[in-house]
Amino acid sequence: MTATDVPTSPVPTSPVPMSAAGNPIGFGRMLRKEDARFLRGKGNYLDDVNLPGMLHGAILRSPYAHARINSIDISAAQAHPKVRAVITGEVLATLNLAWMPTMSYDTQAVLATDKVRFQGQEVAFVVAEDRYSARDALELVEVDYEVLPAVVDATKALDADAPVIRTDKEGKTDNHIYDWETGDSAACDEVFNRPDVVVSKADILYPRSHPSPMETCGSVASMDPVTGKLTCWITSQAPHAHRTVYALVAGLPEHKIQVISPDIGGGFGNKVPVYPGYVCAVVGTIVTGKPVKWMEDRFENLATTGFARDYHMQGEIAATRDGKILALRTHTLADHGAFNATAQPTKFPAGFFSIFTGSYDLEAAYGKVTAVYTNKAPGGVAYACSFRITEAAYFVERMVDILAHDLQMDPAELRMKNLIRPEQFPYQTKTGWEYDSGDYLVTLQATLDAAGYKELRAEQVENRARYEQTGEGTLLGIGLSFFTEGVGAGPRKHMDILGLGMADGCELRIHPTGKAVIRLSVQTQGQGHETTFAQIVAHELGLPPEDVEVVHGDTDQTPFGLGTYGSRSTPVSGAAAAVVSRRVKEKARIVAAAALECSPSDLEWELGRWQVKGDPEKAKTIQEIALLAHSSLELPEGVEGHLDASAVYNPPNLTYPYGAYLCVVDVDPGTGAVKVRRFIATDDCGPRINPMIVEGQIHGGLAEGIGMALMQVIAFDENGNCLGGSFMDYLLPTSLECPSWELEATVTPSPHHPLGCKGVGESATVGSPAAVVNAVMDALAPLGVRHADMPLTPAQVWLAIQGRPARTDLAFT
Amino acid sequence: MQTPAPFEYERATSVDNALALLERHGPEARVVAGGHSLLPMMKLRLAGPEVLIDINDLADLDYIRVDGDDIAIGAMTRHAALLSSPVLAEHYPIFRDAERVIADPVVRNRGTFGGSVCQADPSEDLSAVTSALGATMVIRSTEGVRTVSAREFHTGPYETVVGPAEILVEIRVPIRPACGSAYEKVDRRAGDWAVAAGGCFLTLDTGGTVTDVGIGLTAVGAPHFCAPEAEAALRGHPISDEAIVAAAAKAAAATNPATDQRGPADYKRHLAGELTKRALRRALVRARGEGA
Amino acid sequence: MTMQVTMTVNGEEVSREIEPRLLLVHFLRDEIGLTGTHWGCDTSNCGVCVVLLDGVPAKSCTVLAAMAGGHEIQTVEGMAQGGTLHPVQEGFFQEHGLQCGFCTPAMMLTAQALLEVNPDPSTTEIREAIYGTACRCTGYENIVRAIRWAAEHPALEEVTA
Ligand SMILES: Cc1cc2nc3c(=O)[nH]c(=O)nc-3n(C[C@H](O)[C@H](O)[C@H](O)COP(=O)(O)OP(=O)(O)OC[C@H]3O[C@@H](n4cnc5c(N)ncnc54)[C@H](O)[C@@H]3O)c2cc1C
Ligand code: FES
Ligand code: FES
Repeated sequence: MTATDVPTSPVPTSPVPMSAAGNPIGFGRMLRKEDARFLRGKGNYLDDVNLPGMLHGAILRSPYAHARINSIDISAAQAHPKVRAVITGEVLATLNLAWMPTMSYDTQAVLATDKVRFQGQEVAFVVAEDRYSARDALELVEVDYEVLPAVVDATKALDADAPVIRTDKEGKTDNHIYDWETGDSAACDEVFNRPDVVVSKADILYPRSHPSPMETCGSVASMDPVTGKLTCWITSQAPHAHRTVYALVAGLPEHKIQVISPDIGGGFGNKVPVYPGYVCAVVGTIVTGKPVKWMEDRFENLATTGFARDYHMQGEIAATRDGKILALRTHTLADHGAFNATAQPTKFPAGFFSIFTGSYDLEAAYGKVTAVYTNKAPGGVAYACSFRITEAAYFVERMVDILAHDLQMDPAELRMKNLIRPEQFPYQTKTGWEYDSGDYLVTLQATLDAAGYKELRAEQVENRARYEQTGEGTLLGIGLSFFTEGVGAGPRKHMDILGLGMADGCELRIHPTGKAVIRLSVQTQGQGHETTFAQIVAHELGLPPEDVEVVHGDTDQTPFGLGTYGSRSTPVSGAAAAVVSRRVKEKARIVAAAALECSPSDLEWELGRWQVKGDPEKAKTIQEIALLAHSSLELPEGVEGHLDASAVYNPPNLTYPYGAYLCVVDVDPGTGAVKVRRFIATDDCGPRINPMIVEGQIHGGLAEGIGMALMQVIAFDENGNCLGGSFMDYLLPTSLECPSWELEATVTPSPHHPLGCKGVGESATVGSPAAVVNAVMDALAPLGVRHADMPLTPAQVWLAIQGRPARTDLAFT
Repeated sequence: MQTPAPFEYERATSVDNALALLERHGPEARVVAGGHSLLPMMKLRLAGPEVLIDINDLADLDYIRVDGDDIAIGAMTRHAALLSSPVLAEHYPIFRDAERVIADPVVRNRGTFGGSVCQADPSEDLSAVTSALGATMVIRSTEGVRTVSAREFHTGPYETVVGPAEILVEIRVPIRPACGSAYEKVDRRAGDWAVAAGGCFLTLDTGGTVTDVGIGLTAVGAPHFCAPEAEAALRGHPISDEAIVAAAAKAAAATNPATDQRGPADYKRHLAGELTKRALRRALVRARGEGA
Repeated sequence: MTMQVTMTVNGEEVSREIEPRLLLVHFLRDEIGLTGTHWGCDTSNCGVCVVLLDGVPAKSCTVLAAMAGGHEIQTVEGMAQGGTLHPVQEGFFQEHGLQCGFCTPAMMLTAQALLEVNPDPSTTEIREAIYGTACRCTGYENIVRAIRWAAEHPALEEVTA
């Protein structure tokens, strides 16, 4: 059996039976299995890993954004009584490890040799007996820098006189990385040139932000000098991919590398890439013969690891006067920092940004992305963005609202008029995507109804009248967004990372007593895999979910796969889990037939048992079959014993979750302060395996949206100093900025996923920023504001009211 | 995680003991109160005292009480106590207004009044409050006690008149009858330092003339955290909304804010006026006994 | 240059020879192996390091172990009594108040302290009490519900998690 001959969309229609422990045998709200250890403080996060004799590493980082390194003097640090090793780029160069490949076929310095290219870049690695001493020794390393002018403003990176950052690349004379196109430029021109179209234009910045999970990144590397085996505990969302990269970078045999992702304190894409610190820890253990732990501090996390966004999007949208949207185009400037290190499928240098046509039925679309180097930290794809669908969704949803503003049309009405109709699915977009399923109008209506849209607009009329009279008080704003995401990469023929196809393995073992162990290639960072995947097996085999152990995060224990990001766990590994369970079920049928002395075709499946058609008394439960499969029961010729199975799931397409969000804000024009009053979110991610967990994912993403829209930004001053390097400056939303989320759901299964499920991990992060920004712009419309870039801090709102919104990626002037 | 450089630790058993320790260890010694300004700076290695003298055992510096015509507040009083104090709520709701928006509840459990004003961060809130209220700062050394008015306490950013061998022990605020007070702050997010903030008190005679007024501002480069021109424009004049608006404009004009990631200077200057106006209006309502 | 420090942690007296600069969070994690207390920043902002110091929430990254000497510390490991989860722990379980679990010990201890002084807090009071700890996963709603759950189930008899 292959992935293609599995039946589709078995959406449970009636409530599923409950297990003895009170858990649903299948889909439904189930409390999380993993909570038991977290509630007691018994999680095992990276910094909790302590090995005998373990040493501690710390990284010396560049204070400058761009500087030549004249010399590094490590003698004083080496003389520190507790220091065991000081490693520089020069040392690494002798091992051919000074540079490493990035996930975008660029190179990145592990420890700088020639120049530093962003503030915070890795310069030296100190290994000491304890973490305090390692930090002390950093102060003893002397580096002689010659400061160079820095490229900070991406819009000036391609100027003729811009300093060249990547002088390490032979023949490189500018800061250009790539140009990439999508859609049909000529078709777009034709629409835009029609005499009767209305064209709205806007420059929209999605500024640099950072996922900043509460746990920073780190690694413990331990090389066993006797066996030559390297074991690395890493805060990794993709342990298998990391193992392969380590093998390629360090030239170590892959079977001698074990990567373990322990409990992860949040990932959000930040823990996908391979960072120089990880490589340093490996070198550290090789050099010292002891395990070496390296754990980032918060500055290191915010200022040097996988940032997100940094897209400068010039947009034009064309529509008829009565609001039929015809075409959309963009020229986007992508700031990739000093090394092109985005982690995304090879054939998609701008990620899935080409999904920027959003949820609308257009005649034409065209996009061009120009990527440049700047003296900033590398990264680009991180932070729950579904490979840059966040940027795309924000772009189109702002453009649609700006069009509504220019047409003086209600933004809900404009969307209703242009959303793709249910009968158009599967829908081919003008930029090459095939949306699998959707019923968009119903979802938008659900949100409008739940919000009381009409009443809100009526309140707004009164609110505006009062404000006009008194000039005091707050202004009410109502913002909508409708997003469509494509999640669950592959298929492998279109999608790979560093040549590794995006398909994921899964193994299911059924013990003789009917207890099961399922091994996954994906890794949880809080998404609840240990519960959800047990429920998938329960749904397929009728085993109580408490009888299913989920193993993940250890490359020696689990099959190969590309890991958890881009909302791919359920779309890819969830499908693999269903497929592997169905294989077990088919094996069980043969065993049951042998035991019941009938033909397998005489049997029918009833949750948890194979029974004789027409004689349900004659049956074997899955537990009985498990024992029989391991017993001396005679099986038909050619049938092996046991029930174990494995599978690799290669998704035929992405799944396309979507949703309609509405945000209500009160803006104080006197101070610029924004208060989010309500947030209503209707998500359609197909059937929900565990609705409680799905809602939790949405809640978290909505908070992220508030963060990005209102407070989070990594900006830089004119010298390239990072202005968001601590939680004092990089502001995370708290319980007071987040309203009590109001969630609704519609259910439209994916026709190609074995369970009908679509991913949901990033939906809310993708969809929510536009709703918040649209709401604030709506509030400020009476004051003549049409657009201002995120984050809408009080200062930015006030500046927008003054008619001079700021470039939020640069320091305020 | 970033970690402090090495230092020696001493735990003071009394004010006298703390002063003796300060004298013994010289200018490289620092007292640590709540530690919520000092320890982060030490972790970031922006501060590196050689000796830390822990004054957390000095429970006799932890009080809020009416003392004659004044309210006397011990330097070791924690933010949380200032927030929940019924005495302060009755006489000076400006404290409650300010404390609600200083840092977060966990920081407020440790951070102290003394540490806050001695840190003298240019965005610190309680410095604006003491300045508005015309508080008196009581400072001790082995030589004895001296007092300094709140408006002479700060000598610059992160600098106060408290000498290396001295400790701030008490803050005294005169009780004023028929008084209203209030505090207004704009921050980028709950728990963030002020983009700008300001507070005031007002006393009125029965005819509605302002008999006394104090205005304090923080994070906007107001010298000594106060706005004397705005006060002068109100003092001795009948109160009215026009007068408040005019005074607020004077307060804004006297500021000298710095542009940073919290906002550009002109925005902060605008806020200084806007928040002064709002605080005065709220203080007026309270002075008239018309609202909390 | 070391010193002796003695404090009570989860009801047990512990004593260690330490450097004066050792932060309480590292004392708990590295010296006595209670890794349930986490850390997440260098600037005292994130609050995932919260423990109870004499019953009151404090950021253990901003207290020296030396300063905690002679005081009582409670960590997440001290919440369950015998095998019985504290109602707050049970509430977090029932209401899905945690995802990655990294902020959870701090959130739960803050909630425990809140309920001790205010056994029936409103959702607004809960939000005002917990904003010193950042959570990146939950969007706070289920944390608020979890604490309400605990308020509504003050005396729990059984372990169910
Ligand atoms: C996350 C966070 C957010 C914050 N937000 C705000 C905010 O919004 N508004 C605000 O105003 N503050 C804020 N603060 C600062 C907080 O209020 C601190 O508690 C306060 O600034 C310092 O008080 P402390 O007792 O902790 O002082 P410490 O850190 O112990 O000491 C600070 C300085 O004062 C000296 N000192 C302390 N006590 C005395 C004394 N009695 N005599 C002489 N010198 C003394 C110390 O030697 C040190 O130099 C914030 C702090 C944090 C960590
Ligand atoms: S570790 Fe962030 S506040 Fe303590
Ligand atoms: S549950 Fe992950 S940070 Fe709160």
